[in-house]
Amino acid sequence: MEIGLAHYLTVAAILFTLGIFGIFMNRKNVIIIMMSIELMLLAVNINLVAFSSFLGDLVGQVFTIFVLTVAAAEAAIGLAILVVYFRNRGTIAVEDINMMKG
Amino acid sequence: MVVQALAFYLFATVAVLSATAVVTVRNPVHSVLLLILTFFNAAGLFVLLGAEFLAMLLVVVYVGAVAVLFLFVVMMLDINFVEMRQGFLNYLPIGILIAVVLFVELALVGAGWTLTDEAVAVLAQPTPAGLTNVEALGQLIYTDYAYIFQAAGLVLLVAMIGAIVLTLRHRQGVRRQKISEQVKRTRADTLEVKKVPVGRGI
Repeated sequence: MEIGLAHYLTVAAILFTLGIFGIFMNRKNVIIIMMSIELMLLAVNINLVAFSSFLGDLVGQVFTIFVLTVAAAEAAIGLAILVVYFRNRGTIAVEDINMMKG
Repeated sequence: MVVQALAFYLFATVAVLSATAVVTVRNPVHSVLLLILTFFNAAGLFVLLGAEFLAMLLVVVYVGAVAVLFLFVVMMLDINFVEMRQGFLNYLPIGILIAVVLFVELALVGAGWTLTDEAVAVLAQPTPAGLTNVEALGQLIYTDYAYIFQAAGLVLLVAMIGAIVLTLRHRQGVRRQKISEQVKRTRADTLEVKKVPVGRGI
């Protein structure tokens, strides 16, 4: 019943895989894609904190704070871009985003 | 010990199940709510790992800010989500294939990993004894990692300004109060005294 590092790494691996799976499944819905990215970042955070806790090294937790910061900034910017895109096009279908194609 | 193991399995199971539901449910609002559940359970895992500060940070930042932002956007945009679901089953085989391959790779990396004895000697910041998690993290962030901490603040500032600049728009045809123009008005601009001759008008 001893919960070791491997248990936490397994949970993180499953969450990361689910994030990838979500990106592949919801190719049209960019909101779900962004939620999948948040899931993947959460998996990375769990990995960092698990290693930090089991190795007794605090740097992992410090870096988790920075990952959290970047994730929040990314979500804010991404949703702002999404709102502007919806205002211009009336849809959020990401398959149609090829306006910047040269 | 048994309680800790039970708590771990509870948090891990709920987190994995709700994460599965996030990417598969039909309604994006449910998706966001399940994402919140996932984050709560991940915060529980952090508490089990002894990282209380990060657990609280996860609840405050993700549940309080990011998930609510998602909820706002999902509810604000008028999107036909049924149409969005088209092609879901087409992508199922490739999605499952890639997920399985990735998970097997991650499992191989995780299984083939061991800690050498030298690794304990080269820790960058060993966890100080006798301090709470918050104290230890605070003593680290505000000293050795102060510059990176400032850079993180800068990232958030840039994100905030960027989001405002992107979404702010001035609509045409909307009457607004322009205080500077009101203050700049003089009597000469608006007022004129005329001598009106009797019986003729202007």
